[in-house]
This record gives sequence, structure tokens and C-alpha cells, in this order.
Amino acid sequence: MTPPTPSAAAPLEVTDESVEKSITSPANSGNESKSPGQLAWRRFKRDRTGVIAACIVIFFFVVALCAPLIANLYGKDPYTTYGLNTPGLLGDNGFPVKPNGGIDGEFWFGIEPQLGRDLFTFLLYGIRNSLLICTAITLLVVIVGVTIGVTAGYVGGKTDWFIGRVIDILLAFPSQLFFVAFTPVVLALFVSPEENTPTWLTVACLIGLLTVFGWASIARLLRGQVLALREREFVEAARVTGASPARIIFKELLPNLWTPILIQATLNLPAMVTTEAGLAYLGVGIQDPTPDWGVMIGQAAKVYQDDITFLLFPGVSMVIFVLAFNLLGDSVRDALDPKTKR
Amino acid sequence: MLRFLVRRLLGAVITLLIISAVTFMLFYAVPRDPARIACGKLCTPETLELIRHNMGISDPMPVQFWHWLSGIFLGREYPGFGNCDAPCLGYSFVNREPVLATILDRFPTTFSLFLGSSVVFLVFGIGTGMLAALKQGKPTDKIASSASLVASSMQIYFVGTLALYVFVYQLQILDQPGYTPFSENPGAWFSGLLLPWLILALIFTANYTRMTRSQMVEQLQEDYVRTARAKGLSRPNVFFRFAWRGAMGPIVTIFGVDVGVLLGGGMITEKTFSIQGIGMLSLKSVVNNDLPMLLGVMVVTATFVVLANIVVDACYALIDPRIRLA
Repeated sequence: MTPPTPSAAAPLEVTDESVEKSITSPANSGNESKSPGQLAWRRFKRDRTGVIAACIVIFFFVVALCAPLIANLYGKDPYTTYGLNTPGLLGDNGFPVKPNGGIDGEFWFGIEPQLGRDLFTFLLYGIRNSLLICTAITLLVVIVGVTIGVTAGYVGGKTDWFIGRVIDILLAFPSQLFFVAFTPVVLALFVSPEENTPTWLTVACLIGLLTVFGWASIARLLRGQVLALREREFVEAARVTGASPARIIFKELLPNLWTPILIQATLNLPAMVTTEAGLAYLGVGIQDPTPDWGVMIGQAAKVYQDDITFLLFPGVSMVIFVLAFNLLGDSVRDALDPKTKR
Repeated sequence: MLRFLVRRLLGAVITLLIISAVTFMLFYAVPRDPARIACGKLCTPETLELIRHNMGISDPMPVQFWHWLSGIFLGREYPGFGNCDAPCLGYSFVNREPVLATILDRFPTTFSLFLGSSVVFLVFGIGTGMLAALKQGKPTDKIASSASLVASSMQIYFVGTLALYVFVYQLQILDQPGYTPFSENPGAWFSGLLLPWLILALIFTANYTRMTRSQMVEQLQEDYVRTARAKGLSRPNVFFRFAWRGAMGPIVTIFGVDVGVLLGGGMITEKTFSIQGIGMLSLKSVVNNDLPMLLGVMVVTATFVVLANIVVDACYALIDPRIRLA
């Protein structure tokens, strides 16, 4: 049953007018309406834990980005073996002469046993490298996961079934074991055993493998969300008016999905930081001369019985970062989606 | 129930087939010379030739995979190395031993690690979660919630090492971690694994506390709880007889995931405490480039994950009769 065209057009005009009125009139009375984003931002600002956590997270990112500048002002770099170059810093057994891992005005966080590198700059560059790598992985994981998840949910049918099985298998894969086992195989593909592996290749391999195994859970979550949204009236209305699938996905569905996407991203980043560091600790991720959080903890774990301060700096800073990021994630969830309880 | 199990087991077999096929392809098709890699660091030309022959490098890839697969059911001969009996997951040319024998040898260690830590984290995690939900909004709840948040931000490679330093080397109140078979000396088994259990549990507990708390809080707002309270049942009575059943579903799910993770051998845990389980075995195999061993470990681990998932789904129905298995 198609209604006659003029009567269909008439109410449309009327609603347009009333919408315009309703937008303008509250503004005149000084009681402005707020977008969901503004409301979430206001809720977030009221959450004191969240704000503090956000400050700590921002501090870490600023430190990471400014690492070269800070190292320049401080006057050292993470590669020079100060302990070997300057006699008197390391004792005969290879450990710092001064107590607490050799902390003094010159070396703020002490020096590394055996090689005598400066730990303050090593940690700075380590945080920098870890955060850069993990941010890249998180972005890729979210982009790939959202694309595949939304496609599976929206297209449905055989595509959905196939993607669902791939996700099942990926989630059943012993992924940590796979990274450890497969990283050398991938690297051997590009580099012959006699050569040294270039750092950029290790990083690229790490990002690639972690992305391949990371997208599945986000995709599954978004697929479910899209399945629920697909049947709602506004999507149906868009389809009836002849909107293209791309328009429906980007203009109708995606704005409703920002909340789960943002929440997943904030959950994903700290998880990636610990995974990446864990791989470096196991000796398959970033390798030693390159500064990295996990490399540093791995190095420290070799000498912790004699020099615990070396372990404390990277370990404690990582716990603080992950904790702050988790708290931030909780606050973001509360602000965006006040109905969920935790 | 029987139909469900048969269907899920069939699905599991297919998943495992795909995983092993993918891993097999990646390990043996991607490298330029898999025989050279499988041979290990100390490799004579004669051994290399023998391994080439044993792996059937000249055969096409699907044929090689078929040989490996049929070995699981029929066993396989490795001329010049030895015999590999019926469930044969391959032969490690580096160790000169069937893969499965080595894995079975290491399994009790990893299983003990899993058993002890899961008892600790289930009891503490669910216990504190329930306590927090009962005392919602009170100081007990706040302490439990924030403690679990802090604990969940810790990593084994840091906290474990720190605990080793404090409790084993400085205070000397705990033994050096290590594995003694339970049948040999239960006391040494317990004291050697106590620290790894506690540290693993510290990190895993947090997840269970948070999950139990949020689930219980949600359940307590359900209509059936109000009905039971209106009928005159006491609060603890409702809490412990009805509400926990509804809350257990997601907890069983995350436990299923954790079982797979823990039985697959936490490489980081085992490295931190230098315990020779499956995790250390796979790390050693990576260093030695022992591809057949890695493939075997991968398949065994994936089997645990898949089986744990099936058990979890079956448990759903036992806990919550409203869920039908289909």
C-alpha cells in the first residue's frame, strides 16, 4: 500500500519545521541541549579517579614522545656503555660500585650491571618503543576487527558463517605459543641465518602477528552488536529510502558502535603492552640493544638476586601504566555507557 | 546431552584438524629448508640427509601432512632414528625421541601448576567477589574491588621475580621453586610449587573477583530474588541458595579460557620460576628450532583449549537448567 505522494510530503515538511523549532527554542531560553559526546565528557570530568588515571596515561605518552628531548637535556643516551667507558662505576664483579644499583646525581636510575648503560634513558626509550608499537597494534586490531565484525554482522549468510568459524579457530589457537614459535620462522623467511635481523623487521613481524591474532574478539563482539542493530527501525528506514550498504554501515550503524569500539580499544592497549613485554621477556620480541620495557625486565630478571633496583624501575613503571590505563578504561566505559554496572 | 556432545566433539575434531594443518603448512612450507631447521644446531650432512628422507621433503605438502596425520592413528617408523608408536605426533630429531613422549613427561609439572593455582584463585576470587557483593558499597567492597584492580595490573615476570627475591633470597621463608613428583614426596611437591601457585593466583584472582561481584550485584536485582525475599527467606539464604547459580555462568566461561591457557603451559610463569613444564619445553624447542616438537605442543595445547570449551558449555546446562544444549 503506497500512500499518495502529496500527503507523504506534507507531514515531512511539518516535522522539519518542528525539529528546527525544538533546536532553536531551548537555546533561546539558555537551557542548551547536549550531544551524547558532550554528556559523556561531562560525566567523565566528574569522575575523579578517571581524571587522575587519564593524567598519568597522558604523562606516560608525553614522556614517550619527548624521550629524545629529555635524554638530550639529561645528556646521555641509552646505547653508550658508561660503566665500561668510565672506570670506577662498575666493580670487579660487574655490578655498580655505589649502593642501590649505582643511583646518584649523574645516573638517576642507576646503571646497568655488566655493560653499564644508563637506565634512566634506557627506560625512557623503552617506554617510547613499547607505546609506539602497542598503539600501532591496537589501531590495526581495532580497524581490522571492526571492519570484519561489521561486515559479518551486516552481510550475514555464508560470509557470516565463514567469518564466525575463522574467529572460532583463531580464539582456540594457542596464540602466545604461536608467536613464540612462529616469529623465528617468519624472520628466517626474510633473513638468512648468518645475517643479523634488522630491528624494523622484528617490529613489523611483531605488529603483524599480534594483529592477526588480536582482531578476533573485537570482531565477534561487533558482529553481535550489528546483528542486534540491523533489525532496528532506523536501519530499515534507511534501507527503504534506498541508502547504499556503505551509507548504512558508516552513517547509520557506526555512530551506534563507537561506545563498544572505544571501550575495546582502551582494554586492548594495556593488554598489548603486557603481551609485547612478555614476548620480549621470553626473548622472541624486540631484542636487547633496542630499548624496550620487556627487554629491560628480561635483562633485570637475569641479575635480580644481586641488583633488585634494576628490576624495580621498569616493573613498577609498567604496573603504574597498566593500572592507570585500566582505571581509565573503566571510567571511559562509565562515561559512555552509564547503564552498565561493574 | 549425548547429541550435544557428539556434535561438539565433531566440531572440535574439525577445528583441531584445521589448526594442525595450518601450523604444519606454516612450519614446513614457509621456511626455505625445513629439514635443515629441524636438524638443529649440531647437524652433520649424514643426519641432514636422513632427516630429509624421514620427513619426505620431496613429497608434496599435502602428502607430508597426510603422513603426519596417519601417524597419529597408525604410528610411524623413522628409519635410522627409532619407532614412534600409535598416537604419534611426530619425532623430534633434536631430542631423538618421539614428540608425545617428551610432552607426556613434562605434562605432570604443568598440570600441578594449573591444579594448585586454580584451586587458590577460584576459592579466593569467588569468595572475595561474593563478599564484595554482599557488602556492596561498604569499605569491604571498596577494598576488595580496588585490590583486585591493582592485582590485575601486575605481570608475572615482574611480581614473580620480585617475590622470588623477597621470599626466597632475602627472607628465606620459602623454598626455591621446583617440581618434585607428588608420588615421590608430597611435601616437597607442595613447598616447591607454593610460590608459583600464589603468584599465579594473585594475578588470576582479580578477574574472578570482579566478575563474581558484578554478576552477583546483577542477580540480586532480579525478580526471583525479590520474590524469595518477599516469601520471607533470609538474605544469606537467598544469596547462597539461589543467586550464585545465576552468577556462575560467565565465571565458568572465563575459567574455561584460563584452563586452556594454563594447561598450554604459561611460558612466562615457567620461565620466571624456572619450572620445567610444557612452557619451558616449547621455549627450548624454539631456541633449538625443533619444529616437530613445536607442532606437537601446539596441537596438544589447542586440544586442551577446545576440550575446555566443550566442558564449559556442558557445565552451563548443569548450573542453569534454563539453558538447553542444542
